[in-house]
Amino acid sequence: MPLFEAVRLALQTIRVQKLKSFFTLLGVMIGVMFLIAVVSIVEGMSDYVENDFAAKIIGTNTFDVSRTPSFVTDADDEQWRAWQRRPRLFDPEAEAVRNALPGDFRIARVNQSFLPATVPGLRPRSVQAVATDATYFDIKKFALTAGRAFTQQEVATGARVVVIGSEVASYYYEGLDPVGRELRVAGLPYTIIGVIEEQGSVFGFSMDRLAIAPVTTPLTRAINPRGDIDAITVQAGNRELITEGMELSREALRGFRGLGPSEEDDFALTTSSAALSFFDGLKSKLVLFGTALPAIGLVVGALVIMNIMLVAVSERTREIGVRKALGARRRDIIAQFLVEASTLSIIGAMIGAACGVGLAKLIAAVTPLPASVAPWSLVAALIVGAGVGITAGIYPASRAARLDPIAALRQE
Amino acid sequence: MSPDLMDAPAGTTPERQVVMAAVGQAPSAEWVIVTRGLTREYDMGGEIVRALRGVDLAVKRNEYVAIMGPSGSGKSTLMNIVGCLDTPNEGEYWLNGQLVSTMQDDALARVRNKEIGFVFQTFNLLPRASALANVELPLVYAGVPAAERKRRAMEALEKVQLGQRVHHRPNELSGGQRQRVAIARALVNDPSILLADEPTGNLDSNTSEEIMKVFEHLADSGQTVIMVTHEPDIASHARRVVVLRDGRIASDETKAQFAARIGAGPTAH
Repeated sequence: MPLFEAVRLALQTIRVQKLKSFFTLLGVMIGVMFLIAVVSIVEGMSDYVENDFAAKIIGTNTFDVSRTPSFVTDADDEQWRAWQRRPRLFDPEAEAVRNALPGDFRIARVNQSFLPATVPGLRPRSVQAVATDATYFDIKKFALTAGRAFTQQEVATGARVVVIGSEVASYYYEGLDPVGRELRVAGLPYTIIGVIEEQGSVFGFSMDRLAIAPVTTPLTRAINPRGDIDAITVQAGNRELITEGMELSREALRGFRGLGPSEEDDFALTTSSAALSFFDGLKSKLVLFGTALPAIGLVVGALVIMNIMLVAVSERTREIGVRKALGARRRDIIAQFLVEASTLSIIGAMIGAACGVGLAKLIAAVTPLPASVAPWSLVAALIVGAGVGITAGIYPASRAARLDPIAALRQE
Repeated sequence: MSPDLMDAPAGTTPERQVVMAAVGQAPSAEWVIVTRGLTREYDMGGEIVRALRGVDLAVKRNEYVAIMGPSGSGKSTLMNIVGCLDTPNEGEYWLNGQLVSTMQDDALARVRNKEIGFVFQTFNLLPRASALANVELPLVYAGVPAAERKRRAMEALEKVQLGQRVHHRPNELSGGQRQRVAIARALVNDPSILLADEPTGNLDSNTSEEIMKVFEHLADSGQTVIMVTHEPDIASHARRVVVLRDGRIASDETKAQFAARIGAGPTAH
């Protein structure tokens, strides 16, 4: 029997028993739906990380020099203790790095932490306080909607100025021009000189609750009481220069700290690619856990289909007898039931895929999680659907094919 | 049976001669069915039931044969073997020049598809398929393309005067109409034999007569018909009546001989 005939026959059987068929394919449908939703959200997150996150959090063509790596996937206690024993970074180290690098590298000392900010008469609110150099604005490609960024002269003199994010501006000075007004961060007053254009959010965290002041202001000690530096962020002119810049920085720091050739680095260099590989590790775990649950749904779906097909075989024993009498071979009967089971589960998978895409979009709309439907996941869903159907159909189909036509015809 | 019976004395029938020919020798083309010493035994929970105990039967092309016998006589078993649904334990069965008694499953399926048209007592139509789709079914398994299938199925349905009801489902048809759909299905692949198992068993007497007329017409137009029945008045429509008893052929007569023996007429039973 040609495949087309078998599919037509299966569709006809399904059409006749709409409700029963619907319940049969519910398991596969739900399994595939969650599979698609999970995969779409993980894909969306990974798209986001590759395109937005790395640039927003770390910056393009940059690397960080810091005491411990910025992204850690797995480290044991011993590793952590070793990191904690490392010396902290201070201004002289930053100076050494700056001197080692050619002029087309941008360097910024960066300290950041969440600190309370307020204006008199308003409730304090936590903001992302950053104490840094003037170059930070260039590295981050911040555009300003009002006022100006601070200059390196202001950094040198320790001017008590602050550039704020759009959310900070709208919270404290709704409808007013905040430039020239005062903002208290960690208890000390700073003059607002500029407002940064809206940055949006990363995984639901607003990037607009910023308050950026010169690294030479007391903000540094509010963040790090010892006065050390969280990270030295270095931006290369282009991607190719990153490796060279990292090597120069490493040499400079090792030289400054007097490390011998056999000693390991007592600092860490982190690039955005490290962040990406960190996320890749996270992603594979998410995919694993995120697909384990829907996979159970698929197993249940397969069992339901197998059960329904066994019922179908015993209900249609006489039909099988007639078909055999009229010349159906074993393989024709097997094909008929396999195709019927696969058609059921492929239809289930298609409905499930559509619902999964819908669910992913819904989640993306109502939560901060991004979603991106990968075409391969839709293809995979159909293959999974067919696979489930064939697996579930093999046993019932072979039982049907083994029926003795005489006994089958006699069955009432 | 000994091989030298090939030189059977004059006066024995051609049936006798072809059956008594050497074992393994293919019969000539005029013979549609030749069985030699068919035996079939069943193991019914340790007890051996001998359903057929050496059946020798020869049927020529264009014959219209009724196989009769009380229940337990082995006529169902014989029908199953003749219909290639079952194989004998011993003996040969030649169908249209092919030795089918030694064939395996799939080969038998092929023979059923090409050589045999079944008509059952309970019609055995697929309930959810239209008359047309039911008639097309043997052609589906024969691998005939869709357009030709439809054409041939329509032709077969017109032959049984159902050309107007092709899209009706079995439950929208009367018993006689259903049996005519079944006959159309049996004929659609142009089989060597039409094999009917109690074709009127589920029909009233008027409808039975109607179906018998269809059979008669088919026999007239050259179709070989084998009909299994336990009703003498139905059997008497055939032109030759074979009676089985205890797994053996008890009598093999012409219609006239049979009618004379049972006292003629449908009221005899």
